[in-house]
Amino acid sequence: MNKFQNELKGGNFVISECTSCNQVVWPPSNFCNICHNNTIWRNANNIGKIIEFSKKNNDYFGLIEIEQNLKVMGKIIGSETPRIEQKVELKNCSYNKTPEFIFEIISN
Amino acid sequence: MKKIGIAGYGSTRFSKNDIPIEELLLESTKQVFQTTSNLSQDLIDGVLVSTNDNSKYLSAILSELTGIKPKISHTIEHLCSSGTNAVISAFSYIASGLADVILVAGGDVIGNPGQVLEWDKSRGQFNHPIYWGSMFTKAHKRKFNTTEEELAIVSAKNHKQAIDNPNSYSHKPYTISQIMNSKIITDDLRILDCSYPCSGSASILLASEDILKKFTDTPVWISGIGQKTNSASFTKNDLSTLSSTVSASDDAYTMSNTNPNEIDVAEIHDAFSVCELMAVGDLGLTKKDKASEFVRNLFNTENRKINPRGGLIGAGHPLGATGISQIIEITQQLQNNAQKRQIPNARKGLVHNMSAAATSSTVLILES
Repeated sequence: MNKFQNELKGGNFVISECTSCNQVVWPPSNFCNICHNNTIWRNANNIGKIIEFSKKNNDYFGLIEIEQNLKVMGKIIGSETPRIEQKVELKNCSYNKTPEFIFEIISN
Repeated sequence: MKKIGIAGYGSTRFSKNDIPIEELLLESTKQVFQTTSNLSQDLIDGVLVSTNDNSKYLSAILSELTGIKPKISHTIEHLCSSGTNAVISAFSYIASGLADVILVAGGDVIGNPGQVLEWDKSRGQFNHPIYWGSMFTKAHKRKFNTTEEELAIVSAKNHKQAIDNPNSYSHKPYTISQIMNSKIITDDLRILDCSYPCSGSASILLASEDILKKFTDTPVWISGIGQKTNSASFTKNDLSTLSSTVSASDDAYTMSNTNPNEIDVAEIHDAFSVCELMAVGDLGLTKKDKASEFVRNLFNTENRKINPRGGLIGAGHPLGATGISQIIEITQQLQNNAQKRQIPNARKGLVHNMSAAATSSTVLILES
């Protein structure tokens, strides 16, 4: 299991960033796909925005943009119906066969 | 470049049966031999197998089972567009002069591992295709005010057209109302908006112009090829456009010197209903904001121009066979041999095959 998965298991969302050109490489990799230098791990932002969403049973899920070039699918929770461009906060992450991300809507 | 065409084909019926992959590949290949004039094993230079199956060494196994001793043989995997990509490889071998005749056999078994791309960690726990299908659908509704009824029309049309395809998984018609009231998968997808993974195989024989005449009096030529891979991960996609499809079709149209309005018949990769609406726009077959109206008109006038075989929704989706089955349908259409599915006077056809949430697309132009 690599660092990304190990950190997620511990509740920490880390992403890879190039040591040379500083690009975020996503999905995570040890190798920059722009300049082919090595990457290091750093914590991802914990605030993102909703790009799109839908609902299965009673749970909202959607595509969340965390940073430029970094979008992830996650569960969306909160007391209101999600909206496009709405800000969300990463409340929990884990790894159980797949990564799991839970974002909570930040109410205005 | 040499002219390269389709010399023969064969297909199993697509089904939910759990049939060994070797048996499926053999059945469709057997039909190629049975229906292609003057074909013998020694004339086949290459055997390519397109599949997502975990079985090993399938091209060698198929060669042995059919008595072929090819100069070139290997497997090609590219998820849902494995079939058309195997055909591009076969085309390239023939165009280069390394081979003159290549058999391309595609197949997959229900439950094959190609349906979920585990590598794509950006999908999180939502790694099943229904989730990207939901994202595309919701985005289309938002941008074009697409209604549930307009989505259901895609499925109703393709299920209806599949009835006349003897190899399709489904032979049952569904009304728009039945589709709109079918089982809810997500807020944006009903079960009848989804293509169905199944077992099946389809095979074609490609040959260079000189040899093709030996096998058929009604050759169909591959005149345009485009293939574009933008990424493997879904989350890099722009949800409003199948951008890999746009690039692939631009290349295919240019290569064949074809304008989209010259396309008489097209097989479109309708993994979900929304994919057909997106693709007909991104392929230039209609304006993007008129896609729903375009498909509604086809349905109302019983015009089978798009997905005459029933698409993936009606015919089923055995991943490695799908692209080849699409090519067979367009070949039959251009040979005026599609029976009840026939589009009158079809001269140019298009095949559109995608992988992994449209991260990669392949477009082929075929001509009679």
